[in-house]
Amino acid sequence: MSGDLQFDSNKRLRHLLSIDGLDQKTILEILDTAETFISVGERQIRKVPLLRGKTVVNLFFEASTRTRTTFEIAAKRLSADVINFNIGDSSTNKGETLLDTINNLEAMHTDLFIVRHIDAGAAHLVAKHAPSHVRIINAGDGRHAHPTQALLDAYTMRQYGKDFKKIKVAIVGDIMHSRVARSLIHILNILGVPEVRVIAPKTLLPVAIERLGTHPYFDMYEGLEGVDVIVMLRIQRERMQGALIPSEQEYFNLYGLTEEKLVVAQDDAIVMHPGPMNRGLEIDSSVADSDRATILPQVSNGIAVRMAVMALIMGGSKKNKEAGS
Amino acid sequence: MGYLIKNGHLIDPGNDISKKTDIYIDDEGFIQAIGKAPEKFKTIGEIDARGKLICPGLVDLRARPREPGLEYKATIESETLAAVSAGITTFCCPPDTQPVIDTPAMAQMIQHRAWRFGMSFIHPMGALTKNLEGKQLSDMEALDESGCVGITNGLNPVTNTLVMRRAMEYAVSFDLTVFLHSEDPWLHGDGCVHEGEVGTRLGLPGIPEAAETVGIARDLALIEHTGVRAHFCGLSSARAVEMITEAQSRGLNVSADVTAHHLHLTEHDIGYYNTQCHVMPPLRSTRDRDALRLGLQSGVITAICSDHQPHEPDAKLAPFAIAAPGISGLETLLPLTLKLVDKKLLTIEKAIALLTTNPAKIIGVDTGNLGIGATADICVIDPEQRWILTEENFVSRGTNSPFIGWEFTGKVTHTFVGGELVYTASDND
Repeated sequence: MSGDLQFDSNKRLRHLLSIDGLDQKTILEILDTAETFISVGERQIRKVPLLRGKTVVNLFFEASTRTRTTFEIAAKRLSADVINFNIGDSSTNKGETLLDTINNLEAMHTDLFIVRHIDAGAAHLVAKHAPSHVRIINAGDGRHAHPTQALLDAYTMRQYGKDFKKIKVAIVGDIMHSRVARSLIHILNILGVPEVRVIAPKTLLPVAIERLGTHPYFDMYEGLEGVDVIVMLRIQRERMQGALIPSEQEYFNLYGLTEEKLVVAQDDAIVMHPGPMNRGLEIDSSVADSDRATILPQVSNGIAVRMAVMALIMGGSKKNKEAGS
Repeated sequence: MGYLIKNGHLIDPGNDISKKTDIYIDDEGFIQAIGKAPEKFKTIGEIDARGKLICPGLVDLRARPREPGLEYKATIESETLAAVSAGITTFCCPPDTQPVIDTPAMAQMIQHRAWRFGMSFIHPMGALTKNLEGKQLSDMEALDESGCVGITNGLNPVTNTLVMRRAMEYAVSFDLTVFLHSEDPWLHGDGCVHEGEVGTRLGLPGIPEAAETVGIARDLALIEHTGVRAHFCGLSSARAVEMITEAQSRGLNVSADVTAHHLHLTEHDIGYYNTQCHVMPPLRSTRDRDALRLGLQSGVITAICSDHQPHEPDAKLAPFAIAAPGISGLETLLPLTLKLVDKKLLTIEKAIALLTTNPAKIIGVDTGNLGIGATADICVIDPEQRWILTEENFVSRGTNSPFIGWEFTGKVTHTFVGGELVYTASDND
């Protein structure tokens, strides 16, 4: 269903709305393309001309610094013009609908929208109603999806030598409210990861999560046993008010990742975090700063992966374009 | 001088009649004779209903004409016309208009407006509490006197259990029926879909089945305590059907309805954020839908309603959670019910009873049957006509429906209200 919207009639990626609906081939093509872009960030002149003359709009209806910045850098390294709209959560109260906003910006002849919205399904709605030449990348919609985060996480796992067909991955924390978790669960399943675990108290696990291809655990030690990759999720401090967890202290004791808990994982297990981290709540500083942590490489990889997605969506892989220009 | 409807198959569940016959309507708008022509009967019009069904006009327990308050969505004029085009000659309007139906003046105004257009009747439902705030009791007796057929707080919860108890006790004193949308507001929270696999996959906040069962459990305890007569509106889960079954078997005076869409759709129909499937209560699992169908068969649920909620197109062009809930349902009430007959889940007689005599009994009005002397509110149906629902063939101002593109069998050809022929299908002249 989302696949129909995401691909054009020639089965080429048109929009990136969710991982759900992508096939293994498309995902690997994005990861391979990202690999060719890694070196761009290391050059003295960090630019390629793939999107020269194109206008990319960062349309953020929800506050974000990291994701918006990496999208902006990615677009600039592809030589696109970038406009940032930070509309905030209150936009819908100002009377203008989401589609009105899109139509207004489209009238300024823009080519690609990077959309983040507090409501699940917002990017799908935009993709369904936007003019046919406009492309959409979902930068996070409610609890639903954050596909570029999942792609950069998969990229990072591969970079650290993890073979998708053999590894066990544990995702720890607030699965319930996490679009990162949902997209990650989908990508790992599509890439053939044999065991995806989710670890959290029942209050933070959505119903029927096992039906998405996961094994739920309430106990951190049991869940981390023998895993190759640990993905820690950010815990929002508001969750205490919603009676979802009792206290920061109890959460850290039970689910905070410490060196002591890390011992039960594989010796070469890596520790990932989509950021921003709460040190001392979901992760201990000694783990976050250790060489097991891949948190900073994730950020750099995020730029290359986002460049790859933009390049593919805006017309062909890097190789084709460079050969032609 | 009246109308003759001849050669049709009369289905009048209230009088246990299902046979081929002729119907004579007198010039006062009442049924004068059935079968044999009265002496000196002269017609001003004759309808040959060969091959057609003749039924009482349909009675819909819940439809919002959007007036007063939301006239940009629909009006009493537009929606009473849509109603008669769908064979509905009477519908009940919930009190959540703007302003709320919590005064006799509002109740009378709505009836008067409907009467002026001369299409379907509207029976208002009075507010259970002032401004539906769940705090202070409304003037229930005065609302009853001014034509309200029931009292309800609609979808607005009465969170204070003592207020609900008092409201029920007060209703008992004046022999009023309380209509309940039982749901625990905290468990509902910010939910917009059934809490299940589909909601988890789409990242939409869920409403657990327990929101409904906890609400029903509380209200059943209070019904038992107060002895009030109560009607549960729009059941959505298998467990809810079980609870009402059990309450009825213990002798509590409770009835229940279900919406036509909950008998056909499930959470899976939401697909990828189809906002036309955003409804309250939410569409639940296939198991729940099947239990609602069984509830009709067993007689625990005795009415099907449209829960008509017309919207302007923009109301649905939004992310799922903030898109307005509700379906424009008047025109699919009968077709969706006839689909259950096609599927051999109901007999045609039972299906018609669920849309006519049963809901009329629930609101205590003398319509929904076609005995001699009854008001001639009549719906003539061509049971063979096949048609496809399109946005263009809506009569209602709201075309918000998940059923667009569905094929139906059976269509209303003529509708009489009080002996007046108010609707004739254009392709059946």
